[in-house]
Amino acid sequence: MYKGIAGSEGIGIGNVVLVKSREIAYEESSALSAEEEKKRFEEAVDKFVEDTTRMAEDMRERIGEKESEILMGHTLMIQDPSIADEIKGQIDTGLTAEAATAAVLDMFAGIFAATDDELTKQRAADIGDIKARLLKIMLGISDVDLSALPPNSVIAANDLTPSMTAGINKDNIVGILTETGGRTSHSAILARALEIPAVLSIENVTELLSDGDKVIVDGIKGECIADPTDDEIKTYTLKMKEYNEQKRELLKYAGKPTVTGDGRVVELVGNIGTADEAKPAAERDAEGIGLFRTEFLYMDNDALPSEDEQFEAYKKAALTFGDKPVIIRTLDVGGDKDIPYLGLEKDENPFLGFRAVRFCLAREDVYKPQLRALLRASAFGNIKIMIPLVTCVDEVRAVKELVRSIMAELDAEGVEYNRDIQIGVMIETAAASLIADLLAKEADFFSIGTNDLTQYTMSVDRGNAKVAYLYSVYNPAVLRSIKRVIECGSEAGITVGMCGEAAADPLLAPLLVSFGLDEYSVNPVSILKTRKNISLWTKAEADKVAAEAMSCATESEVKAVLEKAAESKYGA
Amino acid sequence: MISKNIVVTNSEGLHMRPAGLFTKAMAQFDSEVTIKFNDKSYNGKSIMNVIAACIKCGSEITVECDGPDENEAMAKAEEMLQEA
Repeated sequence: MYKGIAGSEGIGIGNVVLVKSREIAYEESSALSAEEEKKRFEEAVDKFVEDTTRMAEDMRERIGEKESEILMGHTLMIQDPSIADEIKGQIDTGLTAEAATAAVLDMFAGIFAATDDELTKQRAADIGDIKARLLKIMLGISDVDLSALPPNSVIAANDLTPSMTAGINKDNIVGILTETGGRTSHSAILARALEIPAVLSIENVTELLSDGDKVIVDGIKGECIADPTDDEIKTYTLKMKEYNEQKRELLKYAGKPTVTGDGRVVELVGNIGTADEAKPAAERDAEGIGLFRTEFLYMDNDALPSEDEQFEAYKKAALTFGDKPVIIRTLDVGGDKDIPYLGLEKDENPFLGFRAVRFCLAREDVYKPQLRALLRASAFGNIKIMIPLVTCVDEVRAVKELVRSIMAELDAEGVEYNRDIQIGVMIETAAASLIADLLAKEADFFSIGTNDLTQYTMSVDRGNAKVAYLYSVYNPAVLRSIKRVIECGSEAGITVGMCGEAAADPLLAPLLVSFGLDEYSVNPVSILKTRKNISLWTKAEADKVAAEAMSCATESEVKAVLEKAAESKYGA
Repeated sequence: MISKNIVVTNSEGLHMRPAGLFTKAMAQFDSEVTIKFNDKSYNGKSIMNVIAACIKCGSEITVECDGPDENEAMAKAEEMLQEA
């Protein structure tokens, strides 16, 4: 069995087709005249543009605009006048069209790869793809036609190039294995869009497997089983059926409101890290955004993102959801998240130190542009502001004071914003939980961040393997804290949400329904599953489970109660 | 020759797609278009040059246009670099 990264969910069983990028051999010095070589180059470019445009159109129909734009970009790159000039210049020195093309494109790939910019670096791979295809056109080498593969093929390749993916067809390709790439790579995004199971980053997979080998691709666990036994094939065929049935079953919940078993409507929203993730979240049926982490805007940059840059990102997310809520958490830097240009000194105890709202209130030069951007963007949708790591009422008041002063500035400038913008508190410290009744008078909403709440309540560093056993949301201390926060919020009449992993945990569903949680914010892939789980519990049934679980003395007792309840409810 | 400092406010910066649109628009003018950024010069009609410059939203660049239609070219460049 080979381990890799689960790139696209599902199980596929089929026969390997190796897609190897062989060295392309060509002559260096030309026997033809420079004019003839230039003509060969120009004809190859024409053919390239023609083929690529056709592939891009096919891709737009089958997969989407963004994928197709990558291919159209290839046509623009190869038609760049400076490339043509350089290549023709090389041909004038006596090189063949192939050698001249390779030399110039390698040079540009080198320049792109040497930059500090992630997006520009990725373009180097595009140039490699362009070069390989152009050389093949010149030499008359035909590409493996992926659209013509026999049924039940599993592709094994170093990586999927954009041009390769254009031919991929769900009807005959049941799995994808690659040697490079992670969950956000081009290959993974594509495999998910096509709903083909994929395991990525298996070292040397094109050497380990041979054409025709039988394999099982487990895109759920990120594993590939080569040469499976009959038993394994039986087991996985069953798993595949179950997976496909489950998926079909979950589709019944698409487009429906989220309601508990006895008809209480709750909100089911998504967690995202960039504005670009808003649309996919909406497509997965998120009823809004419950947590937009803004750190990535800062981490992807080597300088502070400008107010305008932030405004555009927030506006984009807000516009995606119209009047549905988009809760944006202000900068949560520090702890394990360092951003070099902010000049944060290493704290002795980073999780107990200068981070999140503590840092922001001390650094108005950083915080003010973010709050201004949020207020300006609030004119375009239903943005709510969430303050992280609150431990006392003063912090909430200070942020609200700052927001008021920015509102006065915007009024003076005649800039529009939502005057009634909601400002809420992320409950993730023991202190915030203990004063939840006081905070509820200041905040417009609560959102419980269960990851940090567990860590701070249990006083345990989740990264430390020796104490990690204490890091569990099922500890009575953590559950009491959650219950208390929801009660305090309900009494004050404000919405209480949860945006940690626990919100999607099927074991916790009865407790959260019983406590009366108003909003569940989960990873967009878990939306339908969570909607289903919530729908299975009536308040009365949930109360019974909660009463039993909350009377337990230990984490393992709680877990046993919840597992038993889950088994009788979900059947597995 | 005319020259102007422009802050790029196009939210995507000048990566693949915007770089393609920009260089395509610039190619329609007879004037030479040069982008200066971080002490280097790039051909404003070449998508490869513009991508290699790694220009992000918020960066300040200098655009130089030189030729018979330099004023029109500059106006178009400014419009494209500053659209949302």
